Amino acid sequence: MIPSSFEYFAPTTLSEAQTLLRRYGGDAKVVAGGHSLIPLMKMRLSEPGYLIDLGGVDELSYIREDDGGLAIGAMTTYYDIESSPLVKTKYPVLAEATALVADIQVRNKGTIGGSMAHADPSADLTAVVLALEAELRSGSSRAQRSMPAHRFFVDTFTTTLRDNEILTEIRLPALPAKTGGAYRKFANKASHFAEVGIAALVTIDGGVCQRVRIGVTGAGPIASRARGAERALEGKEPTQRNIATAANRAGRGIEFQSNIHASAEYRAHLTTVYARRALEEAVSRAG
Amino acid sequence: MATVTMTVNGTSYTNDVEPRLLLVHYIRDVLGLTGTHVGCDTSQCGACTIRLNGRAVKCCTMFAVQANGADITTIEGMASDGELHPIQQGFWDEHGLQCGFCTPGMIMLAQQFLERNPNPTEQEIRRGLAGNLCRCTGYHNIVKAIQNAARKGQPA
Ligand SMILES: Cc1cc2nc3c(=O)[nH]c(=O)nc-3n(C[C@H](O)[C@H](O)[C@H](O)COP(=O)(O)OP(=O)(O)OC[C@H]3O[C@@H](n4cnc5c(N)ncnc54)[C@H](O)[C@@H]3O)c2cc1C
Ligand code: FES
Ligand code: FES
Repeated sequence: MIPSSFEYFAPTTLSEAQTLLRRYGGDAKVVAGGHSLIPLMKMRLSEPGYLIDLGGVDELSYIREDDGGLAIGAMTTYYDIESSPLVKTKYPVLAEATALVADIQVRNKGTIGGSMAHADPSADLTAVVLALEAELRSGSSRAQRSMPAHRFFVDTFTTTLRDNEILTEIRLPALPAKTGGAYRKFANKASHFAEVGIAALVTIDGGVCQRVRIGVTGAGPIASRARGAERALEGKEPTQRNIATAANRAGRGIEFQSNIHASAEYRAHLTTVYARRALEEAVSRAG
Repeated sequence: MATVTMTVNGTSYTNDVEPRLLLVHYIRDVLGLTGTHVGCDTSQCGACTIRLNGRAVKCCTMFAVQANGADITTIEGMASDGELHPIQQGFWDEHGLQCGFCTPGMIMLAQQFLERNPNPTEQEIRRGLAGNLCRCTGYHNIVKAIQNAARKGQPA
């Protein structure tokens, strides 16, 4: 499959990339790992006239400690994240979810920034950044802004990023002590995309769930927080019964999607089951 | 047109290419290295796996211009001085192929997999093969081939 013609740019700095994006605007696309964009270009579902490759913009690839949390550059690959000792110690749930994305080759190329910007309804890391209450930083040649994850994702393949903006960083705030996390997904057998994926974080102190955060992906048109389920468990003891009650609410407010892989009813069922499994595992790792 | 220069199996190549030329087509049609296969052309099957700057990648999902300056190894670069690479030998010894179409990609992936996990369990090998499809073998002998190479302690 041959994509339509485009002009190619390989900037080596962020500001150079932003200037190019401003110049070519709506007819330009940035390419990160290319593992969502290039397949779309090959099918001619995307036909940018200008392709701005961020592959050489080294300043966007890093994982560093930041104010008790972590700052991850948008161009950091899945492999760099899953193999990072910093991620494994501070946010094991992120390492766990990342290692379940696609396959070795895709993880060698795909980036966290590309996954966020693409906003595929079945992407894995969207659920995790929602549960971690990450901030997503972006910038154009003129201005920078920062946005909480729950406001960043708007709809299927739609975020608040503007045509002239580049996503630069994903900032993970420090987690409270005694927090356990887990990511559980029912994966598509061929692509490993999440039919349903649940990221859960539970903070247990004094035998009670003090704080619960749940991100759901795959189920609806876009990843979202399961606030009803969070509230149902907060202030409660982490008993099997309380967890099950909370998990039953994980699908509240989700407009379940139907496609050839799974019906809406099946996704609703999977959401409850995987929310329970993710919560149980998070609880066992907490405290 | 854009000019690209890259090193493939130790040889440096420079060519003018259209930006939309896929890296796999550059390797096969421009360089004539046809050991790298196109199976699905949709990033699923892994037949096009090569090693690019130390990472196994599916080169049907990259443009040749993106590999400008890169150091690439394809299946043709695995044997040295007429000696099969230990992973290739593993596939030979364990009958890890039937038609052979998936084999170059399997070997290029196996190299990265074993480099990161030199003593894998069978389950880890099966999981590690997630991005490579084989329509012939049922995978059993591919798993054995990788176990065979792991036992020999494959050099990078
Ligand atoms: C076979 C296969 C299996 C897969 N399985 C999974 C899976 O199991 N789970 C999963 O989550 N994903 C899966 N993916 C998708 C994969 O994770 C993609 O790599 C990822 O979604 C996009 O990241 P990328 O770096 O490749 O982005 P690209 O494809 O380069 O870009 C995607 C989009 O985001 C935009 N973009 C990228 N970076 C930026 C930035 N910094 N600022 C602004 N815009 C930007 C691009 O313009 C483009 O529109 C799979 C992909 C393949 C090919
Ligand atoms: S041809 Fe590249 S993954 Fe199938
Ligand atoms: S040996 Fe024929 S596809 Fe694998």
